[in-house]
Amino acid sequence: MRIKMRIRRFNPEADSKPWWGEYWVDVEESDRVLDALHQVKWYQDGALTLRRSCAHGICGSDAMVINGRNALACKVLMQDVGDVCQVEPLRNMPLIKDLVVDMEPFFAKYRAVLPYLINDNLPASGERYQSQEARARYDDTTKCILCAACTTSCPSFWANEDYIGPAAIVQAHRFIFDDRDDAADLRLRVLNDVDGVWRCRTVFNCVQACPREIDVTRAIGEVKLALLNGLNE
Amino acid sequence: MIHTHKFETIVVGAGGAGLMAALYASQGSDTAVLTKLYPTRSHTGTAQGGIGAALGNLDEDRAEWHTFDTIKGSDYLADQDAVDIMCQEAVNVIYELEHMGLPFDRTPEGKIAQRPFGGHTSNFGEKPVRRACHAADRTGHMILQTLYQQCIARNVRFFDEFHVLDLLLSADGQATGVIAYEIDTGDLHVFHGKALIFSTGGFGRIWEITSNAHSLTGDGPAIALHKGLPLEDMEFFQFHPTGIYKMGILITEGVRGEGGILRNRDGERFMERYAPNLKDLASRDVVSRAIYLEVRDNKGIDGGRYVHLDATHLGRQVVETKLEDSAEFCRTYLGIDPAVEPMPVQPTAHYAMGGIPTNVDGEVQRNASGAVVPGFYAAGEVACVSVHGANRLGTNSLVDLVVFGKRAGKAAAAYCQQNDWAELPAETWQPVQAMLQRMMDKDGQYNAADLRAEMQSLMMDNVGVFRTEEGIQSALNRVRELQECAQDITVMDKGKRFNTDILEAIELQNLLDLAEVTAASALARQESRGAHSREDFKARDDENWLTHTYASKVDGKINLEYAPVNITIHNPEERTY
Repeated sequence: MRIKMRIRRFNPEADSKPWWGEYWVDVEESDRVLDALHQVKWYQDGALTLRRSCAHGICGSDAMVINGRNALACKVLMQDVGDVCQVEPLRNMPLIKDLVVDMEPFFAKYRAVLPYLINDNLPASGERYQSQEARARYDDTTKCILCAACTTSCPSFWANEDYIGPAAIVQAHRFIFDDRDDAADLRLRVLNDVDGVWRCRTVFNCVQACPREIDVTRAIGEVKLALLNGLNE
Repeated sequence: MIHTHKFETIVVGAGGAGLMAALYASQGSDTAVLTKLYPTRSHTGTAQGGIGAALGNLDEDRAEWHTFDTIKGSDYLADQDAVDIMCQEAVNVIYELEHMGLPFDRTPEGKIAQRPFGGHTSNFGEKPVRRACHAADRTGHMILQTLYQQCIARNVRFFDEFHVLDLLLSADGQATGVIAYEIDTGDLHVFHGKALIFSTGGFGRIWEITSNAHSLTGDGPAIALHKGLPLEDMEFFQFHPTGIYKMGILITEGVRGEGGILRNRDGERFMERYAPNLKDLASRDVVSRAIYLEVRDNKGIDGGRYVHLDATHLGRQVVETKLEDSAEFCRTYLGIDPAVEPMPVQPTAHYAMGGIPTNVDGEVQRNASGAVVPGFYAAGEVACVSVHGANRLGTNSLVDLVVFGKRAGKAAAAYCQQNDWAELPAETWQPVQAMLQRMMDKDGQYNAADLRAEMQSLMMDNVGVFRTEEGIQSALNRVRELQECAQDITVMDKGKRFNTDILEAIELQNLLDLAEVTAASALARQESRGAHSREDFKARDDENWLTHTYASKVDGKINLEYAPVNITIHNPEERTY
């Protein structure tokens, strides 16, 4: 089938502001939006710039706005985009070129929640034990691939780019609710900040945006409850 | 603009091997990690089923059984001293990953959970053993995330989206650094180092149907080749039996580990005929060949080039909790629910057993006699230790990258403490800049995507699961023509900022060079062993070919040398499953 791609373009060396490029592509129904973007890049305009790697929804490189919604270009099929497929870079991030944005502010927030297990009490030999129930407690948030689809879909983040954002809270949740970790209080202190978890207004955009189907708003809610009631409630 | 940096250890590539190496190198040396992606985008993250180690948490298990299985799986081409080290050290390295916070699934008593995997057995081949430690079917994702987390905790210095284009050797042949292209700015950076660790991953993109990421273009081995260094055992490339039909996306072997069954158009469990003992859990080369033979025998589904992987009898609970990602791939890309319908699968190019030759400390060898390049290390899929020989067992890629990533990192740190800075060569960035300028100025006849597509289909058809002299020779001839064409590409993007157009052209040149070495190595090996199946030489020939291939490029020609396999534990036997 023949579909029109409408792609937000910006070349920092030539353009003063972004513009819309329009391209026709011949694709199969089962092709991904990423395949259509490759068709444009490989056969029409080699300057079209995007990030991608694994092409099956695991590496998190190709999050973008597709027909108004945040998604991975490798996880949306052309049969689902309608007659025109409109593609834009993630919102509210510093734009570098075409569909590429500066991810550093996003990763800085990730680093701020101390995203690593903190526990100095190691067994003399072998693994630490963890019950299946304790392991299940944080399973959902271990799926995060740091694609930024959630954070950049959030109206609170659009309104205030200092908001730490759903992705960083998801990452904090993964450790706060891991019973092997000893530093929940440090992370909760970060998330209790004025730009922390309280800026979430439970809009649920993040849940819709997450390509890993993480229940992001629920994770944020659990962190809020931990702040209000303590971890053992 | 040219920038210069000085770090004692420079790690290139930030997948599992690179991050593990960085964690250890940074404990004893000032370390920088360069990656053309962001670390968490690396392909380790897509590994699914598990990481093998003889913890014995569910079944009795011993490291020596793991060693035996790995050697047998390699069709006796692996170096047995290296395999022994890997399987012995695997156990403690798994505990180390757990201590770092890796969220393994757990047994009812809270130990690390394990499941069966292809070719892994107890008591030297007696029956399947639960050895693959897993975190749902996203074990690689968890390893990559955990190692990156630890790097953040320890303040490891990263240069993200820096694409390495050249390796610097001193006048007397020591590694002294790399030249990197900063993707965002187009600037060149000279990194002067004492020790250099390549962990750039594989090159599955030389084939049409592959599980590999677009970024797996073999930049590391291609750069080594350009420097006159050899690549080992390049004819051995693993085709994983269960890629999603036409797309190549991997469906984990864990599906069969959990009890999934391969069926042909008659619904027959055909693996019973090819591997009466282990059936669907025979090693990957055996299962991939079986699928090809079924298809050739018109037993593919609806006469097509695929078979069914049936998980419908496992129940929704197993599919949704233990095989979650594979189920999600099927729903997203095929509109199929694997708890209800079988999955259409075909073999997909998956893993390079060959690569940059190293010893067990990750030191890169400069020739078949084993002499090393001082200060140069490699680990992970880019390297050939060799622990996988002619065919890698499932889960052993992850074992390889943590065990040998760690060993390379430690060795590099020790090297830095014992050695002074070697001088940079007289020319560092100049040749790279000249090459980039030449490519930018070229008004060429060819399009990189066309050349790439042709190479991929050539290699798939002629240097794939089954090979013949005629087929390999024709592919080799055409690849050499494509190499010429690749010097005459038009780069459409003429800018400095984020120019992925020129990088794709460079990656294509790297892929073509590796395709050439792969085909030349395959053409020379007149036997069938592991993943290398010659229809004109159907038997394994230990008398003449129990050897490692070392292929280098001298004056534009491929030069092949051979080195003996290190056989210290198990004498080669007939390989049946």
